[in-house]
Amino acid sequence: MSFTLRLSAAIFAIIAAAIIFGTFERPPMQVVQRGYRGVGMVENYNPRFMQALLADNKAPQPLGATVTSGPAAGTVYKNVKVLSNVPIGEFVRLMASMTVWVAPQQGCSYCHNPANMASDEKYTKVVARRMLQMVQHINGNWGAHVQAVGVTCYTCHRGQPVPAYVWYTQPTPPVAGGYAQSFAGKNHPSPIANNSSLPSDPLTPFLLGKEEIRVQSATPLLTGDRSSIKQTDWTYALMMHFSESLGVNCTFCHNSRAFENWAESTPQRVTAWYGIRMVRDLNNAYLGSLMGVFPPYRLGALGDVPKVNCATCHQGAYQPLFGASMIGAYPELAHPTQ
Amino acid sequence: MAMLSFEQKYRVRGGTLIGGDLFDFWFGPFYVGFFGVTTIFFSLLGTAMIVWGAAIGGTWDIWRISIAPPDLSYGLGLAPLRAGGLWQLITVCAVGAFASWALRQWEISRKLGMGNHIPIAYSVAVFAYVSLVVIRPVLLGAWGNGFPYGILSHLDWVSNVGYQYLHFHYNPAHMLAITFFFTTTLALSMHGGLVLSAINPKAGEPMKTGEHENTYFRDLIGYSIGPLGIHRLGLFLALSAGFWSAVCILISGPFWTRGWPEWWSWWLNMPIWH
Repeated sequence: MSFTLRLSAAIFAIIAAAIIFGTFERPPMQVVQRGYRGVGMVENYNPRFMQALLADNKAPQPLGATVTSGPAAGTVYKNVKVLSNVPIGEFVRLMASMTVWVAPQQGCSYCHNPANMASDEKYTKVVARRMLQMVQHINGNWGAHVQAVGVTCYTCHRGQPVPAYVWYTQPTPPVAGGYAQSFAGKNHPSPIANNSSLPSDPLTPFLLGKEEIRVQSATPLLTGDRSSIKQTDWTYALMMHFSESLGVNCTFCHNSRAFENWAESTPQRVTAWYGIRMVRDLNNAYLGSLMGVFPPYRLGALGDVPKVNCATCHQGAYQPLFGASMIGAYPELAHPTQ
Repeated sequence: MAMLSFEQKYRVRGGTLIGGDLFDFWFGPFYVGFFGVTTIFFSLLGTAMIVWGAAIGGTWDIWRISIAPPDLSYGLGLAPLRAGGLWQLITVCAVGAFASWALRQWEISRKLGMGNHIPIAYSVAVFAYVSLVVIRPVLLGAWGNGFPYGILSHLDWVSNVGYQYLHFHYNPAHMLAITFFFTTTLALSMHGGLVLSAINPKAGEPMKTGEHENTYFRDLIGYSIGPLGIHRLGLFLALSAGFWSAVCILISGPFWTRGWPEWWSWWLNMPIWH
């Protein structure tokens, strides 16, 4: 063997070893069965990753006990529009909690002018008020998705003024011109879809718009279903976003032999169906309503407001904060109030 | 079955794998041998248990008969017969029958003084099966990770296992396996086409030889691999297809739990373009 050949073989072997030992995981794994035996509906977890995930998704302790008596906040403070009937002690407790949940570094002055707490001069206060209404709306009207667990500011914010997982409508990726032009919004690494080459922004049509997610024929033979491969790709990218957001795979909701069949799907698919409608509602009615409130540096490349998707709350857990409910300790967030 | 006049001289006793002359005889055209007997034993027993499983399984519809592995909760232990134990016994019989068949091939090769290419080739297919129902379940810690024995049910399992990793076409070993499957059929069809085109001349024309075959491919692509080489290549391509199929399912789960597209992050993150 010539020296060059040996050298090339050695370099190739080093690269191959680096890929094999540097990129994969190793047993033992945790496998969770979620369907009849042998159907292959299971979740695969690497216990080494779970430690970090559990630590990242821990609910904080509520700040003291709930206060139920005392004068209404609206009679003591000025310019209280959402929580005016909440007892004053509870109102202050919630304000302190919001500081811990959303702006622990910045403190009260992140939203308030310390010299005039009632003033709406800071945009953050206007946003916070709308977000309080959103939390109450989710807990009060979207029980079909959040059920008894509910959400608080912490579910998304986790101690940061801007939640780690918000999204903006993406400018379409560059495409070739002329005969090679293909406007499918894909064939670039798509971080939202597990780094695959699927469409890079499936959120705008499905979680802001109301595009139907119906691409699989309900009959074995072709009977008029006109869904295209491109439509399927967009749906596929959206579903990958669901999976990654919840740290689960496709079989968490679907038996893949018949994706569309509700009878063969798991109950979680119903929860997800409501979740899709809930996220559309929040993005349009609540975050969309803040257009003009956010300063330009909080907007996306196309000038749109930050929006929510599955990851905003779930953050890699099949239930946000692994199902720890904080809503019991904050009854004023459980329903829309005046 | 008729035997050709010269065939008798190859039918010589002795040279068995386990020594001695137990079952060292022929039954009609078939060599029996010790491993022929074990093959028959495991095949009949396994098939009988499949039929039994079908009988208690609620359907005789050939497409829907399914004998499922145990629940994952049984881990690597034994399960009751009706709750997956039957699957475990059938798996033992299947592995026993396939291994016996490979050993029988080895024994016949040995008696005839031939190489072991055939048993080695066959063993790659057995390895793929054993990967699915023994090696991967052991690595994942439960027999329930094997696939169910049923025409449609095993396909449903394949589909769901693929979607456990979001997009299985991004599995690097699956990519290699598919490439080898396509390439092996391409190579076989070209080889078959070449041989037939050379030895089936038009009426009145002489039969062409290996030199024509070599020249054809030298004209076409500048190189002919040759009469021995094409068979080495064919064996390599076919065995690679089976081998990488086994690898692609072995790494799914025991060595990767996330979506397969995400595995390629090392490629996207290479410093030369990241």
